[in-house]
Amino acid sequence: MDMINTVVQGVLVGGLYALFAAGLSLIFGVMRLVNIAHGDLIVLAAYVALVVVQMLGIHPLLALTLVVPLLAGFGYALQRIILNRTLGKDLLPPLLVTFGLSVILQNGLLEVFTADSRKLSAGALEVGSFKLGDAISVGYLPLLMFGTAVAVIAGLQFLFYRTALGRAFRATSDDAEIAQLMGLDKRHVFAMAMALCLGVVAIAGVFLAIRSNFDPFMGPARLIFGFEAVIIGGLGNLWGTLVGGVILGVAQGVGAEINPGWQVLAGHVAFILVLAVRPKGLFPRIDG
Amino acid sequence: MTDVLAIDDLQSFYGDFQALHGASLTLKQGEVMALIGANGAGKSTLLKSICGLVSVRAGSVHWKGADLRGQSPNAIVRQGIAMVPEGRRLFPSLSVEENLIIGGQVARKGPWSLKAVYDLFPILAEKKAMPATSLSGGQQQMVSIGRALMSNPELILLDELSLGLAPIVIKDIYAQLPRITGTGMSAILVEQDVTRALSAAAKFICLQEGRVSLQGLPGAHSRDAISAAYFGT
Repeated sequence: MDMINTVVQGVLVGGLYALFAAGLSLIFGVMRLVNIAHGDLIVLAAYVALVVVQMLGIHPLLALTLVVPLLAGFGYALQRIILNRTLGKDLLPPLLVTFGLSVILQNGLLEVFTADSRKLSAGALEVGSFKLGDAISVGYLPLLMFGTAVAVIAGLQFLFYRTALGRAFRATSDDAEIAQLMGLDKRHVFAMAMALCLGVVAIAGVFLAIRSNFDPFMGPARLIFGFEAVIIGGLGNLWGTLVGGVILGVAQGVGAEINPGWQVLAGHVAFILVLAVRPKGLFPRIDG
Repeated sequence: MTDVLAIDDLQSFYGDFQALHGASLTLKQGEVMALIGANGAGKSTLLKSICGLVSVRAGSVHWKGADLRGQSPNAIVRQGIAMVPEGRRLFPSLSVEENLIIGGQVARKGPWSLKAVYDLFPILAEKKAMPATSLSGGQQQMVSIGRALMSNPELILLDELSLGLAPIVIKDIYAQLPRITGTGMSAILVEQDVTRALSAAAKFICLQEGRVSLQGLPGAHSRDAISAAYFGT
C-alpha cells in the first residue's frame, strides 16, 4: 500500500515537472531554440512572485494574476531584443547566449536577494489533504499543481491547433521564409511564443516557490528535470511531456522510498532507460 | 495604361554571389509576363527580389510608385504582391484549409475567399481537412496558388508552376490561369517550359546570367533568336 501511495504522490509531482517542461517544449517546437536559461527563468518567476507577495501582502496564487503578465512581457522583450538575433541555421549561438543569460540571472538574483533560501507561504493549502482509502493521502497543493498542469497543457494544445496564433506558430516553425510571405512577422511570432512560454514559467515558478525552498542557484536542476520530461515524452508532443513529467516524478518517488539519497538519481536512471529503449521518446511527433 | 511595376537596373546578391546584374522590366496592370531563361539565369532571384526575400544591393523596384527596396516580405505582401514559390513550399503541419486561411491572413479586400478558391479548384474542398503535404503534387500546386490568391493580390508571382508535375496536371492548372488573371491581376510567370509560358503571356523577358538578353511580344521573335537569348549561343 505504501508503494501505491508513493506512485500517487509521484504522479502529482509529475505535474510540476510537466509545467517546468511545457514552455521548453513549446519554444523548441516553434523556433528550434534550446533555452539553457529556462530553469533560471522559473527561479526568476519565483522571486518576482516573492516581491509581489511581500509588497501587496496577497496570497501567492492571487499573485499569479500579476506574475504571469509580468513574465510574459519580459519574455516578449527578451525574444524581440536579444534572442531573435541569435536564431539562424546554427543551433550554437542561441545555446551560448541563453547559457550567458543563465549566469547573469543567477548572479543578478544572488546580488539582489542574497543566497538565503526563501519560500512562499500558501497557508492551509500547503498542509491540507484528503484520504483515499486507508493508505493514500492526497494533498490539495499537489492535486492543484497536477490539475493546473493538465489545464495548461490542454490550453496550449487548444491554442496550437485551434487558433490563428497557433496556426502562425506552426507555419513559422514549418517554414519561416514562406510564413513571411503570408504577412507573418517572424520576430513577432517568436516573441509571442516566448511570452506564452514565460507565462507558463510564471505558473511553474509560483508552484515551485510554494512547494519548496528556493535560492538563486536551483535553476539548472529544474532545467534538467524539464529536459528529461520533454525527452521522455517525445519532442514536440505536449501530452507526451505530461507523461514524461509523471514518469520522472514516479521514478523519483520510488527511488526516495528505497533510499532517500536515490531520489534524483532514480529520475535520471528512468530517463536513461527510456532513451535506451525509445531514443525518440515515448510519443514522438509524427509529421510529414 | 500606366506601369504598376517598374524594376530598374536591379542587382541582387546571395551573400557575396551576385545573381542579378542590372535587370530591368516594366509591367502594366492586368498584364501577364513570362520570365524565361536557363537554370541559374536569375529568374527566381528576380521574383524573390520583388517580394523581399532576397536583398537588393543596387537598382530599384517600384510598385505603384512606392519603392519596395528594404521592405520586409510581410510588408510587401500587404501591398498586394503574392508569390507561389518554387517547389510549392506548403506548411506540412497545417491542413489544406489552414494553408489557405493563413494565406488570407493579411485580409485585403477582393474577389478571392475560401469559397472562390474552392470554386476554382473543387478537389481542394473535398480534401480540406487533410494535411496539405499528403496531397498529390498537382493538388499541392493548387493549394499553393490558392494560398497566394487568398491575400487578394494585384500581382502574383508564379515560380515554376509545372516543375515535377505530370503533363495532364500542368494542362489543368494552366487552364485556370485566365480565370485568375481575368480579375485584373498582373502576373509574372517563371517557367522552364518556354512554349507553354509564351502561349500564356502577353509579353516575355528572357534572362541570361542575371541580365536581360531578350524581351518583347511572344510572336515578335524567331525561335532562333529566343534560343540564342536563352542558351547564350
